[in-house]
Order: sequence, then structure tokens, then C-alpha cells
Amino acid sequence: MWQFFHKLGSPKWFFGIAARLMPWLLAGGILLLMAGIVWGLAFAPKDYLQGNSYRIIFIHVPTAFLAQSVYVMMAVAAVVTLVWRMKLADVFVKSVAPVGLVLTFLALFTGAVWGKPTWGTWWVWDARLTSMLILLFLYGGVIALDRAINDEKSAARAVSVLVLVGVVNIPIIQYSVEWWNTLHQPSTFKLTEKPSMPAEMWVPLLLSVLGLYLLFGWLACLRMQTEILLREQRTRWVKDYVLAGRG
Amino acid sequence: MAFDSFSAFMVMEGHGPYVWACYAAFFLLMIGLMVWSLRRRKAAIEACRRGYEFRAGRQDPRAASASAASFTRVKVSQD
Repeated sequence: MWQFFHKLGSPKWFFGIAARLMPWLLAGGILLLMAGIVWGLAFAPKDYLQGNSYRIIFIHVPTAFLAQSVYVMMAVAAVVTLVWRMKLADVFVKSVAPVGLVLTFLALFTGAVWGKPTWGTWWVWDARLTSMLILLFLYGGVIALDRAINDEKSAARAVSVLVLVGVVNIPIIQYSVEWWNTLHQPSTFKLTEKPSMPAEMWVPLLLSVLGLYLLFGWLACLRMQTEILLREQRTRWVKDYVLAGRG
Repeated sequence: MAFDSFSAFMVMEGHGPYVWACYAAFFLLMIGLMVWSLRRRKAAIEACRRGYEFRAGRQDPRAASASAASFTRVKVSQD
């Protein structure tokens, strides 16, 4: 009975919820992100050690943070796919993997550009940088594996296993700056301690992290809607939705 | 304001190119991702609609004959 409920009930229900949430996610995301970025770029004080190059932090930390947290969300969805065979979880993994890829790339790119004036080099095989590069390849692998398998159910299972194997990388990224003494500076935010930065620096950073989270929510809803439409096009409600939109 | 003038804001004491390159890449890729995702949903809706119309056309004999008629009207040059 539950199996039946998950298979038929969830996509339609989610589609409606997503449609209602999306305007708020988009508006809130853009507002918070812009507030954080403008504050960070123009009003936050200069860093006494790194000068103005540190202003890259206001996009570097949000993208790096999201890149990892999207992967953790995918891993949770992968467990749900494997254990409960819930369609929506697989739709989520498939829909957000490209977003994770772009975020990871941006984190690496902004990190490299920040590294040049700060460390004097674009790239070092530092533990944090290398583990982030592996995350980029994992996202690429998830996308490639999903496209390589035509059967929807086999693809869902194979992708879930890959995502779960790759989750080992997340704690490595997290603790790389503590386990190995490397060039990369330690985390700005920790759950247990107050940030070492002054408030004029960490408040805009927090705003841009939250803003990017909301924007990711919008992207996830939008892309999941697309995937649901394509998968459920044989159902009555998708037909009604598509034809009503044109009328 | 952390800067005295707009040009000081752009130059950022020599760090300008690094900072602005990062922000340019960020906005370019994020906006690109958003536009691409919006277009994909639009294309999916369009593909569904075409599928329904195709199937409805096959089931309805009048629509089928109408499309057959328009097909025969196509003139092919034999020169």
C-alpha cells in the first residue's frame, strides 16, 4: 500500500508544492544573495592580511558550502531510493547533480583565482583542493552514469550506489584543513564556535550562503518539475496541466 | 563604504582583476544555469504537448485524414 502511495501520490503532490514555493525561493534567494554580495564587496572592511582579495570569500564560501551540502542531500536521497524505492528521491538526485557540478566548479575556480594573489599560485595539490576536485569528478560521474543507462530503474540504482560510495569524500573535504597542515585556511564557520571574523564580515557571508541555499532550492524545484513532467507524461494530471497551460 | 571612490572600488588596490573575475564567473554560470533550467522545463512541456496532439491525431480519423490531405498537397519538383 505504501509502495503504491509513493509511486503514484508523490510526484503530483510535489509538483504542486514546488509551484507554490518557487516564487518565494527565487525572490528570497536573489534578495539575500545580492544583499550579501553588495555588503561584502563595497561595505565590509578590508582584511588586514589579505587586503581586498578576501572579498572573493562572499562567493567562494557559499559555492563550496553548497557543493558539499548538495552532495550530502543527494546521498540521503540515494538511501531513500535504495531502501524505499521512492521515485521522487531519484528525481532529486538526477535533477540536482548538474547544479552541484556547477557549484563545485565555481568553488574551485574562485579558490584558484583567490589563491593567486594570496598564496602566489593558482593551484597546489593541497588536501582540501584535491578532495574538492574529486567531488567535481564525482558529480561528473553521477551525470555520466545516469545518462549511460537507458532503463530508469537500473539507472536509479546504479547512480544511488555511486553517490553513496562517493560520500566518503565529504568528511575528507570537511576535515582536510585540520588533519593535514596545508595552505588552505581553516573553516570560517563552525557550529561550535563563534566566527573568528568581525560581524561586518561574517554577517554578509551568512546572507550570501542563505541566499544561495534558497536559489538552489528554486533550481532544484524547477529541475525536478521538468523531470517529473517527462516521466509522468502518460498520467492524466500531467496531460491536464500541459494542455491547460496552452489554453 | 570601504572605498573612497568608484575607481578605487574597481581597482581594489590591485586585487580588482581577481575579485571581478570571480564575480563575473559566478554570475555568468549561475544565470546560465537558471536560464538553461527554465528553458528545459519549457521544452519538456512543449514535448509533452506535441506527444498528446500526435496521439490524439492518430485516434481521431478526421484529424488523420486532414493531415494526409495536406501531405499530398506538397509539390515536389521533378526537374
